[in-house]
Amino acid sequence: MNKKINKPSEKDFNNPYEFGFETDIETVFAPKGLNEDVVKFISDKKEEPKWLLDWRLDSYSRWLKMKEPDWSSLRYPKIDYQDAYYFSAPKEIEKPKSLDEVDPKLIETYNKLGIPLKEQEWLAGVAVDAVFDSVSLGTTFKEKLKEDGVIFCSFSEAVKEHPEIIKKYLGTVVPNSDNFFATLNSAVFSDGSFVYIPPGVTCPMELSTYFRINAAGTGQFERTLLIADEDSYVSYLEGCTAPMRDEHQLHAAVVELVALKGAEIKYSTVQNWYPGDEDGKGGVYNFVTKRGDCRGDNSKISWTQVETGSAITWKYPSCILKGDNSSGEFHSIAISNNYQQVDSGTKMLHLGKNTKSRIISKGVSSGSSSNTYRGQVNIHPKSENSRNFTQCDSLLLTGNCSATTIPYVESKNKTSTIEHEATSSKISEDQLFYCLQRGLDEEEAIALIVNGFCKEVLQKLPMEFAVEAQKLLEISLEGSVG
Amino acid sequence: MSGNLLEINDLHVNAGDKEILKGLNLSIPFNEIHAIMGPNGSGKSVLSNVLSGNEDYKVTSGQIIFKNKNITELKPNEISNLGLFMAFQYPVEIPGVTLMNFLKTIHEANRRANGLEVLGPSDFLKYVREKAEILGINDEVLKRQLNVGFSGGEKKRNETLQLLVLDPILTILDETDSGLDVDALDIVSEGIVGMKNEENSFLVITHYKKLLDKLSPSKVHILVDGKIVESGGPDLAEKIENKGFESFN
Repeated sequence: MNKKINKPSEKDFNNPYEFGFETDIETVFAPKGLNEDVVKFISDKKEEPKWLLDWRLDSYSRWLKMKEPDWSSLRYPKIDYQDAYYFSAPKEIEKPKSLDEVDPKLIETYNKLGIPLKEQEWLAGVAVDAVFDSVSLGTTFKEKLKEDGVIFCSFSEAVKEHPEIIKKYLGTVVPNSDNFFATLNSAVFSDGSFVYIPPGVTCPMELSTYFRINAAGTGQFERTLLIADEDSYVSYLEGCTAPMRDEHQLHAAVVELVALKGAEIKYSTVQNWYPGDEDGKGGVYNFVTKRGDCRGDNSKISWTQVETGSAITWKYPSCILKGDNSSGEFHSIAISNNYQQVDSGTKMLHLGKNTKSRIISKGVSSGSSSNTYRGQVNIHPKSENSRNFTQCDSLLLTGNCSATTIPYVESKNKTSTIEHEATSSKISEDQLFYCLQRGLDEEEAIALIVNGFCKEVLQKLPMEFAVEAQKLLEISLEGSVG
Repeated sequence: MSGNLLEINDLHVNAGDKEILKGLNLSIPFNEIHAIMGPNGSGKSVLSNVLSGNEDYKVTSGQIIFKNKNITELKPNEISNLGLFMAFQYPVEIPGVTLMNFLKTIHEANRRANGLEVLGPSDFLKYVREKAEILGINDEVLKRQLNVGFSGGEKKRNETLQLLVLDPILTILDETDSGLDVDALDIVSEGIVGMKNEENSFLVITHYKKLLDKLSPSKVHILVDGKIVESGGPDLAEKIENKGFESFN
């Protein structure tokens, strides 16, 4: 089951998608296709306890009975789930104990991406849990985090070291019966990140994970579980890039967040997976289930995301506001260019009293792309004095693209209020000419105007991410002058 | 290099199918302020837009020579980076972009285009504050979004700040005086007089004499129906003020 991946050609490096390269590393694959044996293979490979294998098998049998959802506005060729590999790992580093044991070529890959692990350790003070394909390479700053009792490790490691926590929380936010893609993930998830913040602890640094899809035809099934115990605080950064590939790559991740009484979780994502070429060929299919549970009173979860990549994006980071006085936030920038399709938004489920939610969504469409905001706000009968504010703004750069806003709003409590504002605009000729007259070229002018449009959300990102995100917006919109 | 900074030869310009400028000639030497006056619809704003490279208008014949270079076919940003600045009659709003950020972005683009090094953040801030002070613009205004929620007068003041920051060679003021109260007019015109030197010139487009009294132009041109019908000294502005454009029709 070994396969040698070809070295990237000169051509790959000259491609506009500047992260389009592969690394020359031997890869171990699970057999192609999906059946019970593959699920067992994955579980066995990861030396998992029986309860987890049983959970995977239960998920698999549920998945067999489920239908792929068709309610979104996304159009894509039918996915053949038997024509993919469900497990791959860089062969030489199956069990790395430290960064020193990691294949230097992997480190080189990250350097090309501008993510020098070593430098980040020393300069940025960020603990990085780098996921290459499906296996975590190494976790840094563990010692520092350990002093505060913070656990930040790969999901597989957590299964071995902290099975009681995993068992208590896994699937409690996104059950393994939740939806087609989440259930598939529950059956075959390969690895991911695990975070636990003990009561009263403010996590001393921003936690960050870099994802990267590399092996040919490999589905990516990451699973993240983050628990903030009572009165704790954590800020988590997730950023991704993917190399150039011709065939579509399926990605179905699950992220579960749990905020207990008085805890606060800030979860930020910059997603830059390969979006396909100018003709809509290739690109990542991204079907993600992200959900946060404000389980305790006075807890808070905020999602901030900048989505520029993927051919298909199906993603609705949500909050369940169970605890009284809990609050949920969703700040999103979704950029679509060429033939990218985005169907994204959020769900805010108000269950507790005095709960608050705030949704700020900025969609920028260019080329022939389609960009849909789909959001649901639901206030339950017992959720008194709860409030929601939603603002959806769309900016269209060309005549061929489309922007749609689909809000589902339901309040079953008279003391609660829901506000919704939506705008749709185009960059005006006047704005463009004004900027050009001041000496900016068209791309610089568009980048400036788009950055201004997205500013409210960009400001919510941690500093080190905000700069990167701003650059990404510019790269994503290159060639979109119409 | 000839003595003239700007040379317009027999310029014909269409807006759609309609001819707006019908054989316009104009020369502006270095170190001079020229004014163009004319009734509504005479083509004043079209002239300033065409000089700035606005592609909404089509040059059907004639030439625009700026710094001995034919700029008739150049893009707006290329013309701008050669040193031509237009203060807009109706400055646009750009939400989310602060005045300071905008100034930094355009100043950097301009420096790069001219092969100059970009100023560091603290040097640039100092530079902008110097210019802002001349116009009575404080830091709070620099932090506001570009022209969003600004009054007409404030917008014109912002235009003047951009002008001082970019320090162009030729400045076109397209009815910069409209919407300005007396005090603002004083501040703006003082700012403009202050940046005047031997290496730059101004083209002032206006309806009124007030601004011209402050700027004391060396020449006044009367534009009627797409042509310069008369050129003369400042006394020409006086004549217009008293008698209007009727006599030129």
